[in-house]
Amino acid sequence: MALLEIRDLHVGVEDREIIRGLHLSVHAGEVHAIMGPNGSGKSTLSHVIAGKPGYEVTDGQILFKGEDLLQMEPDERAAKGVFLAFQYPVEIPGVTTMNFLRAALNAQRKARDQQEFSTPAFLKRVREVAGSLNIPQDMIKRGVNVGFSGGEKKRNEILQMALFEPGLCILDEIDSGLDIDALRIVASGINALRSPERAMIVITHYRRLLDHIVPDIVHVMSKGRVMKSGGKELALELEACGYAQFEDAA
Amino acid sequence: MKQVLVKADAERAMGNVFAAARGRLPGAGPVPQIRERAFEIYERTGLPHRRMEDWKYTDLRALIGEVLPLAPRPDAEALVRAKVSVKQVAADQAVKLVLVDGIFAPELSDLGDLENEVVVRSLREVLENSATGAMAGLVLSTTSDPAISLNAAMATDGLVITVADGNALERPIQIVHVATGLSVSTFTRCYLQLGKGAHAAIVESFVPAERASGYQANDAIIALVGDEASLSYIRVAAAASDAVNISSAIIAVGARAKLDLFSMTCSGSISRYQEFITLAGEGTKLSANGVNLIRDRLHADTTIVVDHAMPHCTSREKFRAVVDDCGRSVFQGRIIVRPAARNTDATMTTRALLLSDQGEVDNKPELEILADDVTCGHGATSGALDDTLVFYLRARGLPEKDAQMLLIKAFIGESIEEITSENLRDLVTAQAEHWLRAGR
Repeated sequence: MALLEIRDLHVGVEDREIIRGLHLSVHAGEVHAIMGPNGSGKSTLSHVIAGKPGYEVTDGQILFKGEDLLQMEPDERAAKGVFLAFQYPVEIPGVTTMNFLRAALNAQRKARDQQEFSTPAFLKRVREVAGSLNIPQDMIKRGVNVGFSGGEKKRNEILQMALFEPGLCILDEIDSGLDIDALRIVASGINALRSPERAMIVITHYRRLLDHIVPDIVHVMSKGRVMKSGGKELALELEACGYAQFEDAA
Repeated sequence: MKQVLVKADAERAMGNVFAAARGRLPGAGPVPQIRERAFEIYERTGLPHRRMEDWKYTDLRALIGEVLPLAPRPDAEALVRAKVSVKQVAADQAVKLVLVDGIFAPELSDLGDLENEVVVRSLREVLENSATGAMAGLVLSTTSDPAISLNAAMATDGLVITVADGNALERPIQIVHVATGLSVSTFTRCYLQLGKGAHAAIVESFVPAERASGYQANDAIIALVGDEASLSYIRVAAAASDAVNISSAIIAVGARAKLDLFSMTCSGSISRYQEFITLAGEGTKLSANGVNLIRDRLHADTTIVVDHAMPHCTSREKFRAVVDDCGRSVFQGRIIVRPAARNTDATMTTRALLLSDQGEVDNKPELEILADDVTCGHGATSGALDDTLVFYLRARGLPEKDAQMLLIKAFIGESIEEITSENLRDLVTAQAEHWLRAGR
């Protein structure tokens, strides 16, 4: 059984259909890349999987470990192991990263009937992971993402991903706004989390990211559908020929 | 159409209340005359109403249906109930001084714990001793504000606290006002004198006892802060949901002093807190912050007037309001920069968070700048919780209510974190969280 199974998904925003009959199967251990032009519905797909309000699912199903995700609140999905790394992580003044991480992790654990993390063990774990992502300790004591650079915000997303240990990671344009060094740090953080139990969906415009995070399967999305799927070589083909051929086909 | 504001029944009743109470109001020597004068000043305007600019959002003439008779002296049963409430609001490590229904209650206070550096007397004691007549005049000094004049006329008791030059108090002093009564009014007046270079932290807490209901409290504190002195003054006001709380702080500060003020109002049918600060010496630093937490149909007004009278002073104000249901929060902030107050640096921000569509927020920032070469600014915003922030937190596993709670705490935290003492910050945070949990 696939970890994530999307069947004939149709999604609209204010009477405009953005996703139009999308199918996708992602198995544990796989890394899928979704590429496509602006407006093809990539970010909408990531939002709908995570449960962002404002979208209307008019048809289709999203199953995660066989359960109907669309029936769950966003926080229930997070507790089940769905993680969305945001394209634009928000700034939350007045809530330190450390408090935020602890509140979120313990909320997830509570939802799963697990014991709350003891504080010293938690602090140690946060420091270790932050260190591996080159996140300075003082950043963790500041408000979530407040005054962070684009690269720091993205690293903070990966920090959360590493701490929450989700079953499904969706990375929505994690490469946007990153310079080459930051991209390398973020990519190695993501690669460290690849595991046979975990699946990833990497959404990007650019092949460059896929040099660092090598996908098992590449999908091309256009006009709300997956137009073509293939191996990692499909990304190279796209770079050579562009997206126009798929837009025409749609 | 010409509008005529006639004296309301409430005000006529007020005159009767004063006449009836006169015999019970403490005061020897010049005091009765001072009270008469204060009541006359009050009577010129009567209850504050909407056509008085400073009271335009809190029209007591319309909001207070009647003026209630003066509370009786608390009996043993009332003191037992008061004791429970005092325990609930007690600040860590603070020396508590308790006023119950407007009367000092030494049996509930920690008089034995007072440090040698401070002298505390009850207002009643000061007013009844003819040798302290001059002090009585100072304590009962009045302004053109009718609520303060009325307080001077009617004050039954209070505390007179003096810290001599150069003395520093290690522990905060917490004045706890407990209301135990039903449909009565109470009036207290406290006086604080901090000598040159003295340091003190004062907490003033207002709390209803069990079964207290429908009371009206009018309290005032007058503080004189000497040169190079340092004062933290934290006020936390809770009241019964059908009670009225009007309180005033009049603070005059000398040169090179440091003033750290914070006020939080979190319940009471109608609350008005007005703070008048005069920076009367050069180089003083003022931080005046506050929070209104309002739900149901409650009304809370915080009015802060900062008067920069001398050069080189700095003032910072951060005010936050959280309004739910049909609550109404008012913030009026006036900064006056007198012609002499060169190089004044004053800023004020007020932000409100509306958790419902029916809530109301009134922000009135005013700058009156009469000097050149000053930096003066203000900002005011109001709005709902940011949905994108709520979703971000939910996507990380926090249930919706918890996500909202975290964001509200962060919002008011912007003001609370200005409190320099960790203990007092914790006290305020705990009360704020109590309010938040009660609304879930």
